[in-house]
Amino acid sequence: MDAFTQNLIFTVLKIAFVLTFTLLGVTMVILAERRFSAFIQDRLGPNRTWFGGLGQSFADGIKLIVKEDVIPNHVDRLVYLLAPVVMMTPALMIGAVIPFGATIPSGELWLPLLGANLENLVLQIANINVGILYFVSVTSIGVYGIVMGGWAQNNKYSLLGALRASAQMISYELPLGLSVVAVVLMAGSLSLGEIVKVQQEGFWFILNFPAFLVFLIAVFAETNRLPFDLAECEQELVAGYHTEYSSMKFGMFLLAEYANLITSSAFIVTLFFGGWDVPFYDETAHGLAGVLLSVIVFAIKISFFVFLFIWVRWSLPRFRYDQLMHLGWKRLLPISLATVVGTAILMVLFKDLYH
Amino acid sequence: MATKTISVDIKTVKNDVYLVEIFKGLLLTLKHFLKIGAKSAYLAPTERRAGKLSTNNRATIQYPEEKWVPYPQYRGLHRLNKDEQDRTKCVACEMCATACPADCIFIEAERSPWADEFPNDPKREKHPKIYEIDVLRCIFCGFCEEACPCEAIELTEIYDFAAYSRENAVYDKEKLERVYDLTKDGKFYQEGRKLDFEF
Ligand code: SF4
Ligand code: SF4
Repeated sequence: MDAFTQNLIFTVLKIAFVLTFTLLGVTMVILAERRFSAFIQDRLGPNRTWFGGLGQSFADGIKLIVKEDVIPNHVDRLVYLLAPVVMMTPALMIGAVIPFGATIPSGELWLPLLGANLENLVLQIANINVGILYFVSVTSIGVYGIVMGGWAQNNKYSLLGALRASAQMISYELPLGLSVVAVVLMAGSLSLGEIVKVQQEGFWFILNFPAFLVFLIAVFAETNRLPFDLAECEQELVAGYHTEYSSMKFGMFLLAEYANLITSSAFIVTLFFGGWDVPFYDETAHGLAGVLLSVIVFAIKISFFVFLFIWVRWSLPRFRYDQLMHLGWKRLLPISLATVVGTAILMVLFKDLYH
Repeated sequence: MATKTISVDIKTVKNDVYLVEIFKGLLLTLKHFLKIGAKSAYLAPTERRAGKLSTNNRATIQYPEEKWVPYPQYRGLHRLNKDEQDRTKCVACEMCATACPADCIFIEAERSPWADEFPNDPKREKHPKIYEIDVLRCIFCGFCEEACPCEAIELTEIYDFAAYSRENAVYDKEKLERVYDLTKDGKFYQEGRKLDFEF
């Protein structure tokens, strides 16, 4: 079997793994959101379906699928149908560049069918050298889904929601990008695999705390989560951009939102918490077991940030729109600029910390 | 009256940074999440009424297994009271049916079997041959209870009496008297009793 076929097979396997992980993760995150929010409010949440409520998301999914799919008469049909897809696709695409585990050394691969001359297997679908740019650009495609959804429905509330989402996205893309620049300065590379490797050899980039803070806040805004969910706030805009969507089309928006949550958490972990790096442990020491451990540790780190997202959502009230803009342009932007300059200066002063 | 001006300075640096207050808020919700140091606002009444703490000290009552015990003035399913000798107190005067705004009480009177026992009391001369309440139409206003001169009809604390058919939701005399038997000591939910009709 030649190298090309091998690569193809492994890539397909990796894609299957990442997609399964994300989609199963979404069902679990939705359940976690409902349960945790209940706990925070001294309730119990859904706890009947299957073992302690584990099946709740699946039951909800079945409900959404078999529900009548209403397409209102006054909508812009093409855009209306396209919006959930445009929202969903980037959410799943981001998973392509995230390294989710340590490299499997060629000697450890025992798949005899695939022939003897295997290369090292990198646990990342595409280790492209502009991984970060890919992330920034693909996440910003997601906002088109919101804008299209809001536009297609021909009602003012949805349009306002979409408008808010786009303005918010533009405002927070800047601090997001700038805080990533700080990380790139520290890593000296745009490739995510490289960034993880640098952290694994040195310290995690959480060392650069201001950049982390700005990135975290900007990611909250990018994923349209509370306290930045002005695009869909019930009190003012009914449900914002997905007001007139029903059945699985609404489900797609929901799915995309939670898939974004998972991939964003994965990015926070990759950029600032060493990705799949297990602290004080050499992942290559125990062969396949070590690699497995790194994957599990990565999942645990992601879970923590997903929990943080949920926790913050059920603790904080929503920002007013002017406060949102104020925070984005007058606070985060200067802070992130200062972070970039500060990081650059420190990197010159302490060259040998990372390189 | 003198106006008192209170100035609250919310533009302090501490509030402006957000993060301190956000952290405090997160801590508070974490306490509720982990059930440490934060008492549920609902806990006290739940504890008092359900007879015991709800599962996991949460405000949620796990309905079919646990049941909420209503307050004594709760207006639920009706009952027809009986006297010490198990005779219905109702004298079929139709005051309740007249008062009922939903027009859901149907009464047909007849001479009562115990009419001879009360020769000087014209009130016990009649009793209802048919006494039916259509609880699907009832709005549980309690007017029947107020109108009744004999304290014969009363609303009880029972709230879970959903039925599978409209016929089963019409409560006749027999059923209403059975409800009396079940609720006369006011401990329907505390004792875990159930309505034993066909629903
Ligand atoms: S509670 Fe009100 S509506 Fe119901 S039977 Fe009595 S008077 Fe009629
Ligand atoms: S229940 Fe009371 S008001 Fe109604 S008919 Fe009987 S005695 Fe009269």
